[in-house]
Amino acid sequence: MDPHGWWVLGIQIILLVILAPPIGMHLARVLEGRPHVLSPVTGGLERLLLRAAGIAADEEMSWMAYAGAFLSFSLVSVLVLYAMQRLQAILPLDLAGLPGVPAHLAFNTAVSFVTNTNWQSYSGEQTMSIFTQCAGLAVQNFLSAASGIAVAAAVIRGFARRSAGTLGSFWVDLARSTVHLLLPLAVVLAIALVSQGVVQSFRGEARVRLIEAGHTAQGAPRGEQRIPLGPVASQIAIKQLGTNGGGYFNANSAHPLENPTPLANALETLAILLLPAAMCFTFGEMVRDRRQGAAIFAAMLLLLIAAAIPCILAEQSRDPRLAAMHVADGGSLQHPTGNMEGKEARFGTAETAIWAVWTSAASNGSVNGMLDSFTPLGGLVPMVLIQLGEVVFGGVGSGLYGMLIFALVAVFMAGLMVGRTPEYLGKKIEAFEIKMAALVILLPSVAVQVGAAFAVMSPAGSSSISNPGPHGFSQVLYAFSSAANNNGSAFAGLNAATPFYDIALGLAMLAGRFWVAIPALALAGALVKRPRLEAGAGTLPTHTPLFVALLAAIVVIVGALTFFPALALGPIAEHLQLLSLAITPLAAGGVR
Amino acid sequence: MRVLRPTLTLFVALSILTGAVYPALVTGLAHLLFPAQAEGSLIMKDGHAVASRWIGQPFASPRMFWGRPSTPGGDGPDDAMTSGGSNLARSNPAWIDSVRARAGRLRAADSTLDSVPSDLVTASGSALDPDLSPAGVYAQSPRVARARGLARAAVDSLIAQHVQGRFLGLFGEPVVNVVELNLALEGMR
Repeated sequence: MDPHGWWVLGIQIILLVILAPPIGMHLARVLEGRPHVLSPVTGGLERLLLRAAGIAADEEMSWMAYAGAFLSFSLVSVLVLYAMQRLQAILPLDLAGLPGVPAHLAFNTAVSFVTNTNWQSYSGEQTMSIFTQCAGLAVQNFLSAASGIAVAAAVIRGFARRSAGTLGSFWVDLARSTVHLLLPLAVVLAIALVSQGVVQSFRGEARVRLIEAGHTAQGAPRGEQRIPLGPVASQIAIKQLGTNGGGYFNANSAHPLENPTPLANALETLAILLLPAAMCFTFGEMVRDRRQGAAIFAAMLLLLIAAAIPCILAEQSRDPRLAAMHVADGGSLQHPTGNMEGKEARFGTAETAIWAVWTSAASNGSVNGMLDSFTPLGGLVPMVLIQLGEVVFGGVGSGLYGMLIFALVAVFMAGLMVGRTPEYLGKKIEAFEIKMAALVILLPSVAVQVGAAFAVMSPAGSSSISNPGPHGFSQVLYAFSSAANNNGSAFAGLNAATPFYDIALGLAMLAGRFWVAIPALALAGALVKRPRLEAGAGTLPTHTPLFVALLAAIVVIVGALTFFPALALGPIAEHLQLLSLAITPLAAGGVR
Repeated sequence: MRVLRPTLTLFVALSILTGAVYPALVTGLAHLLFPAQAEGSLIMKDGHAVASRWIGQPFASPRMFWGRPSTPGGDGPDDAMTSGGSNLARSNPAWIDSVRARAGRLRAADSTLDSVPSDLVTASGSALDPDLSPAGVYAQSPRVARARGLARAAVDSLIAQHVQGRFLGLFGEPVVNVVELNLALEGMR
């Protein structure tokens, strides 16, 4: 077999291990208000923003005030984004003359981008004006990521501070992470992407004369092709960095003008995990024990690698039905290997599988190939990564606080097993924290399963299914998993542009964002009041390989127990269905 | 109110910063540094644009190399104002039927064709894929050579000039840009 996929996997992991720590350290300095490398450039911008808002740089908030600020900012964001879509026909830069977005779709999209999900039940080039994309959707790509970082910063302070009452200021954290981290990185990545051919233009389209003129499906002469243009690179850069994932075009990063070359693909892949991985080191730095951040990173990395290997293998597997009709899906370096349906020739199967794992481990949700056409097991992997709760790196900020909550569950479980008092980073873990942790883990799972069950039982839900058999169920299960965990990727054959799905998935996205963030802040508010105990003989060290393995195992066990029955009905059943096709003799006529 | 002022001022200020200043800055830098790429990497011929090098075109005659199958938009295949894959599942009988039909079309155009590389019979993710694997192109060279009355070796050597290897030998798959190849082919006559 062609080993190049394994090389790319290894290189991407090495890049992450090299680049995440310094960026994480930088972010810690930014969040703590210490001088950093960009202070001379962007420091003035921060002061300007805070002065305009009437905020002191050393302002402090209780957990409730912090949550209130986060909620009020999110609410205004949803309302403005909703209005902007509804009114886009009378707003500037509607070059294609697109009408206002229908109410249910505008609600879904507004919630989707503000919750950092970027589920898209619309096709960008046919629905959203340049103004909406640029001043609405891309703005939320920044602000939803910055809000995630802010909430994570508050949760980290809950562990880092001793016998205190406050968690920092949402406004200060929001402004700082936007101007000192997201904006500078996005500018650099955007320009790098333009160099590769990602378009960046305020013209609506270009026209070319076809090399070979032909006819449309209706028989009309066809001599021209319209090439869509727009401020694409600026949006793609932040959609990758901010774990947003919402593409400018319908095909997302499979679109050649969003992701034209293997180098662009490598950069976009790296950008998916860069900031969620860096947040682990921000955590270690802010709690003044870098080993703790490294341990969280290691647990995430372990799960990432464990997911990437089967996904690559599944997508590179060959289909005996193709061999039977003399279609070559592998076997030589000249041929693409494995499942090429829905994949781009320049990326092939390995780098599409790696992207699928990266995008579902992080709550990014962008795609460079169509997940609906993945093999059953290849599509199972991203679905499981999402269902684990978006804690294998997860969203920018939200992945870290999700994983810290699993860390509390891990010390609690260890405490139950050996009779130790659970503590984490010197903070005693008590009943309230475990209740909040249980809430955070259970609520999205409930939203996924109840939502999917309701959808497949109702005509409004089941009529959107586009593939027959178990895969049709997988489409629905994937949609609710993606929405309730704020991922945003899809088995995109499902027709989600219906009032039913727009509203049901919109509610799931709200649950996945706020029913996790608010208990996490409450938990931090309780922890921040506690003193920090010195580690004793009864303390379980939380920076050791043993703890890393325990944490990874807890994540897998909780996820597996919750979702195995549903997965058995979807991708696992579909895999067995394909296996049975392969072993049925072709001549028997049982195979199509 | 304590919450309202920072909510509104920061929302407006950050929206201007990330929704206007940032895209304007990127657009300015892009047009300074990479003006052709920023506007779609158009290929000019005889004074007008004939292609974007990144967007596949609907080649259908036996004289041309055909690209990746494309799920049609309003204008037919490779309508670049739409994009997306077939989203057919492997277990969907319609998928294997679509593969069989495409293989049949290729064989009807060239009865000597034996093994068909899979990228020639599977729809791309974007519907606009400009590339094919080298195998997918070489498999069509007998047909193209015959239709144009060219020597097979001449066509093969043109293909060989257009094969792009992996970036740094590592990233991506070896491909041939079918749009550029067909343009070169038209220039050969």
